[in-house]
Amino acid sequence: MSTQVSQIDEIKSTPWSGGKSPFNVEYGKMMMWFFLLSDAFTFSSLLIAYGALRFSSNSWPAADLIFQSVPGMVDHGAPLVFVGLMTFILIASSVTMVLAVEAGHRMARKEVAVWMIWTVIGGFTFLGCQALEWSHLHHEGFWWGSIPHELGEYFRHGEAPSATYTQQFANLFFTITGFHGFHVFSGVIINIIITINVMFGTYERRGSYLMIEKVGLYWHFVDLVWVFVFTFFYLV
Amino acid sequence: MSSEPTSVHHEEHGDTMTKKKILQVLAILVAITAVEFFIALVLVPKGTMPLHIANPIYIVLTLAKAFYIVAYFMHLKFEKIGLVLSIIVPVLFIIGLILVLTNESHYWTDFIR
Repeated sequence: MSTQVSQIDEIKSTPWSGGKSPFNVEYGKMMMWFFLLSDAFTFSSLLIAYGALRFSSNSWPAADLIFQSVPGMVDHGAPLVFVGLMTFILIASSVTMVLAVEAGHRMARKEVAVWMIWTVIGGFTFLGCQALEWSHLHHEGFWWGSIPHELGEYFRHGEAPSATYTQQFANLFFTITGFHGFHVFSGVIINIIITINVMFGTYERRGSYLMIEKVGLYWHFVDLVWVFVFTFFYLV
Repeated sequence: MSSEPTSVHHEEHGDTMTKKKILQVLAILVAITAVEFFIALVLVPKGTMPLHIANPIYIVLTLAKAFYIVAYFMHLKFEKIGLVLSIIVPVLFIIGLILVLTNESHYWTDFIR
């Protein structure tokens, strides 16, 4: 290496002329961000399609009339309680994930592993709840391409029960929560792999727990999508 | 994957998430969700708040939650402005799709039935 700095090297020293990264993040982390951006587009397309179909309808099944049960406890009369629990579980598992990232900054291997295990447990609990919710709806007669015979109880007073709109609701509900659930499932699998790596000391040897931040980004994104699914399917 | 770029990465992040900050954000998220439930289960059924007022409130509260998750949990608030803009600006295009499709959907009403 020559000690002389040429003119060309000098030009390259600023962030936007190629000297160093203007983003100041590691390559894998930046790619995770751009993957999540593309995933955000996929989810918003699904949710906007749902919004457009709902705007074009003149009646729509009401969420607090459809989601009335807490599996294993009450079958009717507890609107939105179960989904509230699911929302809380997912937010909690997001928090345990940030705590794992925080422990990773301190290079505390044992703490990272413990918080990752809690995150995995949170993810499985959410998936279990979703399975219960799906099977409950399925027993009532909702599925892709099928709806219950009696629709009156799902519509508010003054709205005409419509088989077409109920079917649209069922298809969109299972497609969108299913796609989200698939993301949760892949997130749990990735989290399990990372937890095993943490336990074996892979990241300690690497000298950085950056991998936890990357899977953390994915996991928070899954939580973020749920926030929107929750609002647009259960509240609005 | 080498430790060299990551050590640079950490030096530049003086301002990062502490346990206290994490619990603060958790409290905010839980509080916002509780408000949403209060509106959905108490105010709307009692008729204190009509749906056309409740719905925009839900959307504002949801965007607030999204801000806290992305800014603090996903750490975007502490990243370089270049990365922040390359994530946030493309998301704004989604607003365009929302405007186009909600507008378009008014014309579907006549033949979906």
